[in-house]
Amino acid sequence: MDNQKVRTKKLLVSLVGVGVLMLAVFIFDSLGMMDNYIRGIFIQSCFAIIMVTSLNLVMGYLGQIALGHAGFMAVGAYTSALVTKAIGLAIKAETMAPISPMLQFFIGILCGALAAALFGLIVGIPALRLRGDYLAIITLGFGEIIRVVIQNLPFAGGKGLASGQAGQALIGIMRMNDIYVIMLVTMVCVGIMIAFVRSKFGRAIMAIRDDDIASSSTGLNTTYYKVLTFVFSAFFAGVAGAIYAHRGLGTLQHSDFTFLKSTEYVIMVVLGGMGSMTGAVVAAITLSVLPEALRAFSEYRMLVYSVMLILVMMFRPTGLFGSYEFSLYQLLTKRRKKAVEPEQTAAKGDN
Amino acid sequence: MDGLTLFIQQIINGLRVGSVYALIALGYTMVYGIIRLINFAHGDFIMVGAYALFFTVPVMIAAGMPPWLSVFAAILVCATTGVLVEKLAYSPVRAKGNKMTALITAIAMALFLENLAQTLFGANPKQVKTIFDLPQVFGVSGNTVLTIILGVVVMIALSLYVKYTKTGQAMRAVSEDKDASLLMGINVNRTITITFAIGSGLAAIASLMYVAQYNQVTNMMGSMLGLKAFVAAVLGGIGIIPGAMLGGLVIGIVESLSKAYIAPLTGGLITSAFSDAIVFSILIVVLLVKPAGILGKNTGEKV
Amino acid sequence: MPETILKATNLGIAFGGLRAVHGFAIDIKECELVGLIGPNGAGKTTVFNLFTGVYKPTEGTFYLGGHLMNGKKTHEIVAAGIARTFQNIRLFKKMTVMENVLIAFTKDMKSNLLSSILRLGSFWKEEESIRQKALELLAVFNLQDKADWMAGNLPYGQQRKLEIARALATNAKMLLLDEPAAGMNPTETAELLECINTIRKKFSISILLIEHDMSLVMNICERIVVIDYGEIIAQGLPQEISHDPKVIAAYLGE
Repeated sequence: MDNQKVRTKKLLVSLVGVGVLMLAVFIFDSLGMMDNYIRGIFIQSCFAIIMVTSLNLVMGYLGQIALGHAGFMAVGAYTSALVTKAIGLAIKAETMAPISPMLQFFIGILCGALAAALFGLIVGIPALRLRGDYLAIITLGFGEIIRVVIQNLPFAGGKGLASGQAGQALIGIMRMNDIYVIMLVTMVCVGIMIAFVRSKFGRAIMAIRDDDIASSSTGLNTTYYKVLTFVFSAFFAGVAGAIYAHRGLGTLQHSDFTFLKSTEYVIMVVLGGMGSMTGAVVAAITLSVLPEALRAFSEYRMLVYSVMLILVMMFRPTGLFGSYEFSLYQLLTKRRKKAVEPEQTAAKGDN
Repeated sequence: MDGLTLFIQQIINGLRVGSVYALIALGYTMVYGIIRLINFAHGDFIMVGAYALFFTVPVMIAAGMPPWLSVFAAILVCATTGVLVEKLAYSPVRAKGNKMTALITAIAMALFLENLAQTLFGANPKQVKTIFDLPQVFGVSGNTVLTIILGVVVMIALSLYVKYTKTGQAMRAVSEDKDASLLMGINVNRTITITFAIGSGLAAIASLMYVAQYNQVTNMMGSMLGLKAFVAAVLGGIGIIPGAMLGGLVIGIVESLSKAYIAPLTGGLITSAFSDAIVFSILIVVLLVKPAGILGKNTGEKV
Repeated sequence: MPETILKATNLGIAFGGLRAVHGFAIDIKECELVGLIGPNGAGKTTVFNLFTGVYKPTEGTFYLGGHLMNGKKTHEIVAAGIARTFQNIRLFKKMTVMENVLIAFTKDMKSNLLSSILRLGSFWKEEESIRQKALELLAVFNLQDKADWMAGNLPYGQQRKLEIARALATNAKMLLLDEPAAGMNPTETAELLECINTIRKKFSISILLIEHDMSLVMNICERIVVIDYGEIIAQGLPQEISHDPKVIAAYLGE
């Protein structure tokens, strides 16, 4: 357990790390290298990071496969898009005082995240009574149901709200592609999730992953912690969905959130490392950038992923990073510990 | 068309789709019964079989033989694929990992087959020539009747095989307790391999009936088909051979009826596009209310 | 007159038609150490599973400190004050020794989602205090130096001890030990014996103990209950039990 002094140091190191990262992006941007294409990839990496880290809570730390994460992303995306749209319309009709687009976006994120969390609760309570492959298949089912329902909602298609049409793409969504805002939101989300993992909540769910029966015999209300984690994870999928909805294209399609999309995030979690936030972040960035960087590769992307996945399962079932966590603080102080101990490793954005 | 005729027509449609689901569900159930793994790639074995038919049917026709004979080629291809998947991927992962890693491997294998097919044959649907030229039976298409008959025959044959042959008994033993079976001198690996071969071979028969009805092959055809068949297997009681058949037919009929009636019944509130959602809702309800499935109590038939 | 901690009357469970345990009655006083013995398959662990809510009793009742426990969930029973260990050790193998104990404190921790995420002062204070408590508890079992070890890497005897430490950390009034000496060599068993005696006094806790090692049972138990075929066939002082013809018959198979 770190004392106050070490904690303050770690916090400072984390803040400096975040600052340096922001600065690097700023320099890159001011050199004129951040064109729309790069910006797109950047934003894609950001929502992928949130998706993968949040799914990692369920898969890596709670130890259950969920195949419907894209469903929660869809709820977040559509809710936030409709909310920002409604606010925009209200401002236009002068029934509401004008607010800054930034505030509008944040209200959208919050609403999207809360809606996704609510769906997480609705899905989680029945689904988490099951385990293993049954849980996987039931979350897949819920994910598809969410998507099909959205597809059939008139107000979630076309121009949306009152003038919507079921089955169509939702168009005319507000744009919010300020990379600094999105980057900050991403880091805050990851920071919150790391804090969650390194608290009694994280400890509890890892205990449940290790041994369900022993956990309840040690006084843990396993259902409560499982559902809480599921809801928490869905909340962040909602945030990712909100960023996705406002990424700049202005449209949303229900087909963006199929079972295949969920599978893609599962792949990222597994390749990165189940139970490693560092691995989740690295995998999300790598697998978002790689297909763009190598055009030829993009065609064979899923083929390569699937082979990689099988090989990883054969030779390193815990994922490439296992449960390793990168720590800037440790890197700087060279105070490496042999035992892999969550408490004593600090990743960026912690505290 | 009056209401009753329409209803009967929908039931028949349901039986037609359902019997294909049933054939696929049999494969799921065999594999799940023995290694407790949802073989996500099983749906894609249908696709593999369908491509095999796509390539061999013209050969048969050219050779002047009945086109359906190419099902034997498809069975060979599917069984080989199944055994290879088991030997190269599932078996090594099972030896080291846990349930989760095995399931991820199965998902990865499904993605691999789908994308390999896309790379090899492209993403556009391919047309397959007519396989059967059957007369209608009491107004029901010959294909439908044949599919249902085939389903029942396969189901009975499988049940008898599992019950009375030595390998079938070994399958039941392995499904009960792998370690104990090993101690009793059963060649567990060989038994699992045979199960995969049979389950995947069945997929080829399902491919035949699917292709005979829809005349089309795509690399993604097995994905949703497989999922629904899995729902069918769970509904009937996974690991139970007659359960797969029953589940398949029920899912087919529910799907067909919901497509036809849900919109008028709900005043257009719920449209026919919901039928997939309804199938999954059935799965959810079954898993929560009776996870063992409709025939779940009967453990004697477990493979 | 010492207070009754655990009281069961006519407790039983039937699986389908099979009565695994039937008419089980026990009365354990404060600080008492009772042994539960019986041949293999007699239903000893089933009794434990009933007391910990793993199975719901189909007949009878049981009380902890006067509160009815029937039908409560495992974690509620733990909160009320019954903790257990398992016949086949169930530690959180991929977590550290320290974390294993910390998990047991979770139910009494006050920090919530918000204070944990915002890393408020109260969060750190609580974390520090439970770690201190955990270290003290580990010291009782001589495990304090291995706090950072992965639980799964501990030697067998110490895994058993850690499991007891974890159970104690739940602040239980009643401790159920399921074959704590199973698989131990004589030295380890002797050490464990001492350990059980220490914690009983130190934590003034009542213990119900399943054991096959007769020397251990006869040595430390104040009272022994013998069951066979799910029913109590004898109970009394160790020396009485060792001469009871019914018990001898049950063990030797008549």
